[in-house]
Amino acid sequence: MPYTSEKPPLTDTADLRARIPGWGVDLDPKDRPSVPQERFDPSATGAHWDFPERQPEKWPRERSIEHKFLTPVFGTSCPPKGLSGAMRQLAYRRYSEGRAAHWLILIAADRVDAAESHLRSLATLHPDNPITETGVMTEFHRHGIDSRIGKHRADLLHQTMDPIIVADPWLLAGGVVFLAVRSLIRSGRSKTQP
Amino acid sequence: MRAMVYRGPYKIRVEEKDIPALEHPNDAIVQVRLAAICGSDLHLYHGMMPDTRVGMTFGHEFIGVVHEVGPSVQSLKPGDRVMVPFNIYCGSCYFCVRGLYSNCHNVNPNATAVGGIYGYSHTCGGYDGGQAEYVRVPFADVGPSLIPEWMDDEDAVLLTDALATGYFGAQLGDIAEGDVVAVFGAGPVGLFAAKSAWFMGAARVIVIDHLDYRLEKARSFAHAETYNFTEYDDIVVHMKKITDYLGSDVAIDAAGAEADGNLMQHISSAKLKLQGGSPIALNWAIDSVRKGGTVSVMGAYGPMFSAVKFGDAMNKGLTLRMNQCPVKRQWPRLFEHIRNGYLKPSEIVTHRFPLDDINEAYHTFSAKLDNCIKPLIVPNGY
Repeated sequence: MPYTSEKPPLTDTADLRARIPGWGVDLDPKDRPSVPQERFDPSATGAHWDFPERQPEKWPRERSIEHKFLTPVFGTSCPPKGLSGAMRQLAYRRYSEGRAAHWLILIAADRVDAAESHLRSLATLHPDNPITETGVMTEFHRHGIDSRIGKHRADLLHQTMDPIIVADPWLLAGGVVFLAVRSLIRSGRSKTQP
Repeated sequence: MRAMVYRGPYKIRVEEKDIPALEHPNDAIVQVRLAAICGSDLHLYHGMMPDTRVGMTFGHEFIGVVHEVGPSVQSLKPGDRVMVPFNIYCGSCYFCVRGLYSNCHNVNPNATAVGGIYGYSHTCGGYDGGQAEYVRVPFADVGPSLIPEWMDDEDAVLLTDALATGYFGAQLGDIAEGDVVAVFGAGPVGLFAAKSAWFMGAARVIVIDHLDYRLEKARSFAHAETYNFTEYDDIVVHMKKITDYLGSDVAIDAAGAEADGNLMQHISSAKLKLQGGSPIALNWAIDSVRKGGTVSVMGAYGPMFSAVKFGDAMNKGLTLRMNQCPVKRQWPRLFEHIRNGYLKPSEIVTHRFPLDDINEAYHTFSAKLDNCIKPLIVPNGY
């Protein structure tokens, strides 16, 4: 106990060695591949260049202002577009990673992106379907109730909030459509009145 | 090709996409044979990671067969069966030559604080991931390795992240013979960290979670002593009691950004996105480890600030160690451990879903249905 100098008695290591496969095989730190964490060894990686050849930049690639230049290799998934794209470009162009504004704008852009994409999908032959895309029907054949009832789970309370998060963009889109339609009807009425 | 596509928080679907093209002379295109969903994919799925764009394909745990290689690739050829570490790295920058593969400076234009990761938002470089039939693999001479003949696919796919990360987490704990090691979180990384702690000479391994089925797995797979924190008024006090009020020598946070245990912390981070993650497991680790002990952080957190108890960490003289795992450094030693029969990674796999049912896989894993611990994704055609 900590109130005296003694460490609690150790378990018999012979017993551990007999009971647990591999007990102590990495006891010596020299056998641990990440000890020390930094180990200078340029020949270990397989790289056959001092600086990698540059990947073509097919559109102005957003980058952190903490970088000196665009990295030689980068991902090309989902170029920025629409309002969310403009917000993302602003976050990268204006704020460093050290600023909360950088991340808050990016998170806000993610929500705008989701709303834009849901609306855009409604004009396609493959509109978003929140039932299939959430996989919620799995609840019926993967023991949704049995997995939760009487299981002392700490996540049950906040799981009830998930449908609200899923429904958010749909509620927002519905609200926008409602306001637009109401506004149109009102303006139509005002024009027909003498 | 068929690929998983993100459509917004909690929503994904499978779409037809173009097979990725070679974009750099050292690229390879890999036909995915098996992929997995990582617990950290759920942070993306739940909309927690900044700059997660609609249309992105997730997946940083995958293996496959080389389909095409760029002109400068020397070590791989079409038809090779390869495992791909989740880190994308150049092998030549300041960090890579020092073994910090996860901290590569040449692959992620979007952020300097994190390297490149497949299918893990633009914050991690904007690369599409491997929950698809094909994936672009940059620096094919650096990252991927041939899968040994004797290794089966399910063991190989777990080596691309979960097992390597758990093993790395135990190493960061600086475990010495006779140490008491506490692991917070009994998901795949926690299970592998607990198992690895024994390799390093732990005398006692304690795993804490709130899901009884995962704690059962921690007992059977990782030989751990387990506690369900919902059964105790204060898990930190309980940890002190069971260690004769000293605390554990090492504590490993294997829960990360969506840790349960404090509703307000969870809501403020996972739901309202006002923190980089819920730090409750990390705070429990800080408070339950002994003074002068080591806390190893393997849980993934977003780049925003989190309410971590640094005052307690400072006053206790703790060593806090953390990093994304440099996966390939772990492989030779882990290959030996698997071959020697010390562990069988695929024992933690509970579910296998066809790629076309990946929406159900995510929901099952996210909602912790059906005793799910580790779901694998099998692309069509395999």
